[in-house]
Amino acid sequence: MEGILNQLPIGLSIGAVLLLIALGLTFTFGQMGVINMAHGEFIMAGAYTAYLLQDFADRNAVLVALPVAFLVAGLMGLILERTAIRHFYGRPLDTLLLTWGVSLVLQQVARDLFGAPNVQVLSPTWLQGSLGPMPYNRLFILLLAVGSVVAIWVYMNRSAQGRRMQAVMQNRQLAATSGINTGRVDQRTFFIGSGLAGIAGVALTLIGPVGPTLGTYYIVDAFLVVVAGGLGQLRGAVIAALALGLLNSYAEFWTNASLAKVIVFAVIIAFLQFRPQGLFVLRSRALT
Amino acid sequence: MTATLEKPPVTEAPVKEPRDWRGPALFALVAVIGLVVMPLVLEPFRLGLLAKYLTYAIVALGIGLAWGQGGMLTLGQGVFFGLGGYAMGMHLKLNDAGDGLPDFMVWSGVETLPALWEPFRNPVFAIAMVVVVPGAVAWLLGTLVFRQRVRGAYFAILTQALAAAMVILLVGQQGLTGGTNGLTNFFEFFGQDVAADSTQRGLYFTVAIVLGILFIAAWQLQRSRFGRLLLAVRDGEDRVRFLGYNPATVKTITFTLSAVMAGIAGALFVPVVGIISPALLGVVPSLELVVAVAVGGRFALAGAVLGAVLMGYAKTYFSEELPDAWLYLQGALFILVIGLAPKGIIGFLRRKDVAA
Repeated sequence: MEGILNQLPIGLSIGAVLLLIALGLTFTFGQMGVINMAHGEFIMAGAYTAYLLQDFADRNAVLVALPVAFLVAGLMGLILERTAIRHFYGRPLDTLLLTWGVSLVLQQVARDLFGAPNVQVLSPTWLQGSLGPMPYNRLFILLLAVGSVVAIWVYMNRSAQGRRMQAVMQNRQLAATSGINTGRVDQRTFFIGSGLAGIAGVALTLIGPVGPTLGTYYIVDAFLVVVAGGLGQLRGAVIAALALGLLNSYAEFWTNASLAKVIVFAVIIAFLQFRPQGLFVLRSRALT
Repeated sequence: MTATLEKPPVTEAPVKEPRDWRGPALFALVAVIGLVVMPLVLEPFRLGLLAKYLTYAIVALGIGLAWGQGGMLTLGQGVFFGLGGYAMGMHLKLNDAGDGLPDFMVWSGVETLPALWEPFRNPVFAIAMVVVVPGAVAWLLGTLVFRQRVRGAYFAILTQALAAAMVILLVGQQGLTGGTNGLTNFFEFFGQDVAADSTQRGLYFTVAIVLGILFIAAWQLQRSRFGRLLLAVRDGEDRVRFLGYNPATVKTITFTLSAVMAGIAGALFVPVVGIISPALLGVVPSLELVVAVAVGGRFALAGAVLGAVLMGYAKTYFSEELPDAWLYLQGALFILVIGLAPKGIIGFLRRKDVAA
């Protein structure tokens, strides 16, 4: 019984990290049809940002690291979008391979800059301790995700920019004919999505070491969240990420780590039998 | 908007033309080089490397069929390669162990042979499993996924997740699979010393001939009515459905065939290289082969084979000479090929043809 309770914060915090990662993916995928494999390296960039800031400032600099990591990862995403990805809109499979090339290069850059071994970021002193079974650092990650989701929701539904973003997602041509600068909207979406990956990277430094391949551990699961949640769907991403995080940690708890991934995969395939387009579907009359 | 059709080259209508002998002539030339020239000029070590690349070429052929012809970007071919490889590896291990247990099981403290391993003593069963297991897994996944019209990038992501899950499963089941080390230290291959030059030479010929046969088979498939249907599914799945065909069936069959090819390649890889381990079949090796196919030219089966062999050589050469630069180079190659030459090397070669 106690084990079941202990597993809850782990599952929730992993789900929260997956959510932060998947939010960027689901919007770039849903809006632009871009599959960004280099997204994982934005997580890594965010994590290394926290690592560097800790050296410059001190271990309690997490609150500073969050906005800085958002900017660093966001700018990386923006550069990638401007230089490469925008030439490939409408060719999702090609962007997948292209960005995988980018991700290989970025991993090697990280290896050359920071060395291949993992580095450790010390948790801030004020995040040590726990609230019942919930350690403060995992609670912090959960709050971070909740805060990000609320911010994204407000942005999408209450700001003019966000409504333009939704318009482009629903029908790009129609949005363009209505005078929306779709290229500009794409840039913004990419910036925000990549920035969230940077925040996820900072969150990951609170629960584990940082290495050049940090992103690769989470990117596949994050893509599964997108598939299960539905393209460009905030609600879908939230539910799918938490469900996947919990399923993962409980499957590991009841069986073992090596079977857990297989179980998760089987559950997703089974789920797609009922909802092939994910939890929520953006209604559209377009035939793929 | 998710109206995202890829733009593949226009496929010409099947007009009756005088038979083009250039293709078969080229095939014969490559066959002579592969079966006569190479074994004469290459020293055993280099011939072994070539045999390894040719097993990759078999996987690439399957990718060319599924992705180039059928539009299914499969990022999990390593899974099927591994299933074939482990089936063969299990048989070789049991054969070496005789009445005892395979060495790694003794090290992990396993005392009785797991029931899963028992039937692999029989060579016929093991060889059958090389084809049956990858085929069955691909058929099941294909049926479940394609029936629900899950396609394009979704399919790519799912196959990638399968590859990731497979690696974790293999690593975790130490006593059953040898964990991270995989299956290695083979001594005997069907009565021959597996390390002997003569055995390796024989294996090279086997791999080359199997590749040749599978290539001809894939080529015939491509030229057949089924091949035309496959292209049609790639270019306009919904239109094919409206014409009364079931695209899911076409895709499932093709995906299964590509998985069987990968399984055969894995089984041949094991005696040639002497190991099968999770590192050889995860997300990264699977993607590397997809890129090799893209480099060679995904829209032609010959491009897939060419790409796999070239990338194999490039990888060996650069990781010997400039290990640090290899990843940069590989990444840059990717970006350039996908960005500037989506039809790959074959696309370059054919451009002249079209102009003439």
